[in-house]
Amino acid sequence: MVVGALNCLLFSPLRIGYYAAMTEKDNFEHTHHHDHSHDHDHSRLDETAVRVRALESLLVDKGYVDAAALDALIENCETRIGPRNGAQVVARAWTDAKFRKWLLEDGTAAIASLGFSGRQGEHMKVVENTPELHNMVVCTLCSCYPWPVLGLPPTWYKSAPYRSRAVREPVAVLQEFGVELPAEKLIRVWDSTAEMRYMVLPEQPAGTESLSESELASLVTRDSMIGTGLPLASVQK
Amino acid sequence: MDGVHDMGGQQCHGVIEPEIDEPLFHDSWERRVLGLVLACGATGSWNLDESRFARETLPPAFYLSASYYRIWLAGLEKLLLQNQMVTAEELSDFKMREPAVPVKRVVKAEQVAPMLASGAPVDREAAAKALYAVGEMVRVRNYQPQTHTRLPGYIRGHVGRVALVQGCHVYPDSNSLGMGENPQWLYCIEFQSAELWGDTENSGSVMVDCWEPYLEKTDSK
Repeated sequence: MVVGALNCLLFSPLRIGYYAAMTEKDNFEHTHHHDHSHDHDHSRLDETAVRVRALESLLVDKGYVDAAALDALIENCETRIGPRNGAQVVARAWTDAKFRKWLLEDGTAAIASLGFSGRQGEHMKVVENTPELHNMVVCTLCSCYPWPVLGLPPTWYKSAPYRSRAVREPVAVLQEFGVELPAEKLIRVWDSTAEMRYMVLPEQPAGTESLSESELASLVTRDSMIGTGLPLASVQK
Repeated sequence: MDGVHDMGGQQCHGVIEPEIDEPLFHDSWERRVLGLVLACGATGSWNLDESRFARETLPPAFYLSASYYRIWLAGLEKLLLQNQMVTAEELSDFKMREPAVPVKRVVKAEQVAPMLASGAPVDREAAAKALYAVGEMVRVRNYQPQTHTRLPGYIRGHVGRVALVQGCHVYPDSNSLGMGENPQWLYCIEFQSAELWGDTENSGSVMVDCWEPYLEKTDSK
């Protein structure tokens, strides 16, 4: 069983310069990624941009990639998926007990009934927060995330601090997100190690029973469906 | 493989830094990388598990310090090389030297929306009955392949309770090696936090999806 070791070695000698250059650049980016008004190292940034453009041309020239399909793929990810889809699912569950039951029993089918399905959401499991239990989702091994309902994952979700700490110290992680839960509330962290994709069904905020489904959807934040946040308490005007 | 990607439980990675109103992409090349990864994946030259393995086996220092889409770019270039779709020379100056190798398909614009909307389900017909039932206690085997696995190191050897039987799913440990789907039963196992981390400030649990070959019977209650 040397395949793993081979995989590590096979290309790195050839590409040491590449990895070194990219690493140096990213150290810089990491310390600065919060404030984009700071000056960037434009030469290296451009280097990657140029590299990506050149790779794209090569792959199109070779006929592996259709240029129009490439644009369509990107456009699809930018416009068809995102947390507003998930918010609609949550709002429906809050207002329709039958849908809620279906959603918890067969998340994939219930979500598809609202028009959201497909890549990275083929096997959906919706987990319900209750007064006794809080759920939180992570992927410690990579960046698995339910694309059809939440879109592409935010950077922090894919970062080493979240991936390493969510399973070991969820209380501290939640505090960093400004979420303080009663001490007696159990926390259940779901590590997305397989192709099951998890979405949290947050508790409906008290006093919102008279709101319409679309008003309720506006209370549902992305983080409340990952479990690192709670829904807004009232409609933002 | 015990790789740098297997981050669950590691310490000293620092605070989590959510970015307010984070844009979908931080640079325009990132969206092109996303598109290229999806378009090249659609050629059918590698599967999802092979692409994960390609990223996990990047040099650890690079993996830890590179941005997400840079890791995707490096993984993509590695897969293109491994599958002889491009040569090292072509990747050095991006001039086409060799003709394309045959690929299973080249996705067209009109196929994109249906392709993404149907996705690629991984549940398969089971050849045998599930060995474990909901409520049963199981132990995670001391299984340490050098190759790709979705068994995170932090649960190895630990005892948990079967919370869900998720169906029979493609087995990444075989699929990542191009050795076929070899479907196996998939279980969601609940581990008490105290079992995993010793004394802990929370009395909660961690739920991890585990394929049957990762597990063994135990007498633990």
